[in-house]
Amino acid sequence: MATVRGADAGTSSRTLLSIRNVAKRFGKNVVLRDISLDVAEGEFLTILGESGSGKTTLLRIIAGFETASAGEVWMGEERLDRQPPYRRRVNTVFQHYALFPHLTVEQNVAYGLRVAKRPEAEIAFRVKEALDKVKMSAHAKSKPSKISGGQQQRIALARALVNRPRLLLLDEPLSALDANLRRQMQVELKSLQREVGISFIFVTHDQEEAMVMSDRIALLRSGELEQVATPREIYGRPATAYAAQFIGHTNLLKGEVRAGVVRCGVLTWPAALPDGPALFSLRPENIRLAAGTPAGTGSVRVRGKVRHQAFHGATELIRVECGDGLVLVARTPGSGGALDDVELEFSPTDAILVRESPERI
Amino acid sequence: MFSRAYKAAVTLPPLVWVTVFLLMPYLLMFCYSFWSVSASQTIEHSWNLANYGQLLRVNVYWQTLLRSMGIAARVTIFSLVLGYPLAYFLSFYAGEKKDLLYQLVIIPLWVSYLVRAYAWKTILGSDGVLNTLLQYVHLTKHPLEFLLYSPFAVVLTLTHIYTPFAFLPIYAALEHIPLNLVEASHDLGATPGQTFWKVIFPLSIPGVVAGATFAFVLSLGDFLAPLLLGGPSGIMISNIVVSLFGAAYNWPLGAAISFCMLLLVVGLLFFSERLEKKWSFS
Repeated sequence: MATVRGADAGTSSRTLLSIRNVAKRFGKNVVLRDISLDVAEGEFLTILGESGSGKTTLLRIIAGFETASAGEVWMGEERLDRQPPYRRRVNTVFQHYALFPHLTVEQNVAYGLRVAKRPEAEIAFRVKEALDKVKMSAHAKSKPSKISGGQQQRIALARALVNRPRLLLLDEPLSALDANLRRQMQVELKSLQREVGISFIFVTHDQEEAMVMSDRIALLRSGELEQVATPREIYGRPATAYAAQFIGHTNLLKGEVRAGVVRCGVLTWPAALPDGPALFSLRPENIRLAAGTPAGTGSVRVRGKVRHQAFHGATELIRVECGDGLVLVARTPGSGGALDDVELEFSPTDAILVRESPERI
Repeated sequence: MFSRAYKAAVTLPPLVWVTVFLLMPYLLMFCYSFWSVSASQTIEHSWNLANYGQLLRVNVYWQTLLRSMGIAARVTIFSLVLGYPLAYFLSFYAGEKKDLLYQLVIIPLWVSYLVRAYAWKTILGSDGVLNTLLQYVHLTKHPLEFLLYSPFAVVLTLTHIYTPFAFLPIYAALEHIPLNLVEASHDLGATPGQTFWKVIFPLSIPGVVAGATFAFVLSLGDFLAPLLLGGPSGIMISNIVVSLFGAAYNWPLGAAISFCMLLLVVGLLFFSERLEKKWSFS
């Protein structure tokens, strides 16, 4: 189990939440199997996965809306999974916000403090503070149905944070927003998390969102953790073929190692690996156009025909057929014209050895 | 879009129906309420307010009206007290048995009203099921007389008959509450009790108002239950209207009473609709 944390994350390394061997079945349907994961204090952890990967179920087990079929969830010295949701010092921002329609914005935010029977003066102060923080004080007296989706999102956030939870769970909170607002909220949410210093567990299926916001990403696939690492690491050194493909674009190269040399179709490069089949991930941006310059020491070169060229603004993605069934996708700076015959070049150190990701049911 | 002819073709039949079978009879009844009956048992078409005066002056009329409202109010309260927990249980805790239990609530509605009213007669009568049982286990020596032919019997029977009507709108309102609101409430630290009073109940108020309106309006106008089980002390206002239109042959007075009840009910419906609107948020 990878437990690497980003050096730039600014987190203390004290563990806040510990998920131990959690499994969940619905009847015969296995949704989660043997999940173990630690969340540090002040960490922004993203659970990333496709729909049906079990990410929401894992979140609901932490919140207490589902009970795990096996395993334990601990918060510090406290066993969390035995407690009803209303006793857990965990708050949730729901996917569709789940604001109480019969209460005003202000009453929604005050809800947690009211049921905890805090003094009214304290409630008034903290609600105002929370609304200020999400810039929604002007709408304090509105009903949720009278404000926009983005505003409802902020209220849901304020309603959770006002209780000063030790851990905030966010279930695809940005998925209902349009692209622009979504990008803006990603930045706001991240800076808010830094400011309040509360651990966030953020669930999403959007790998870009996960990359932008997280200290660490836990990649979930068919109910099992594929890789847990910082965005940089999971992108730069994906552990499995699935991780490499799910996060960003990649070329998966199926090769054969023999006597310290990898052979993959027309490509060969030296590698200190044991003999046998091997799978490599090579990011398109690590493949350059050789452009007639002499080969750098140790770099791999291959000639091919450009089959497809897609303009992406600053860069272009080109699909190059290199013969022997080998197709490489390369990201090149905008070339300014159509390409035909090209010579590609990459450094063998950029070809990352990954594990196969066998099909699961 | 639809042509004018098409729109006319679909809206006209119901309009004609409502005019001929609802508005015109009401209008006729309204006219009757200002006429009178002569000594020779003919209707005199002289316009006056004597019938309405009589309604206020003669004790038996307004007292029976008040008693009917009292019975209807009790039926409403009992129907809500029985219907709400049932709806709540079905909506939140019944799980897979939900559909079956729902059918069990609905099926009695398919059974003839008369059968259900007579069933209570068999149960409550002096040699009925209940009295026989009570004497058999030696709880009482003589049959309890107050069980049948009393306001008690009327309230019991009407509660039995109209509880499904109170149950249905409450159940519908509860089913409409998104489950994530309940989860959000628990998530924010509210116990199940707090969640009920702060989230579930407020959001079910439109259903409660609709259910209460059904139970009250339907039982206020009921005349079969008091006729079969009410006895002299359990008479309701509709029984008086029936006898005025029948044996007593005083259609004008019957029309005046009916019209007052109509106003009462329409006023109530208007009020309950305002209340439902105020408490709905979707």
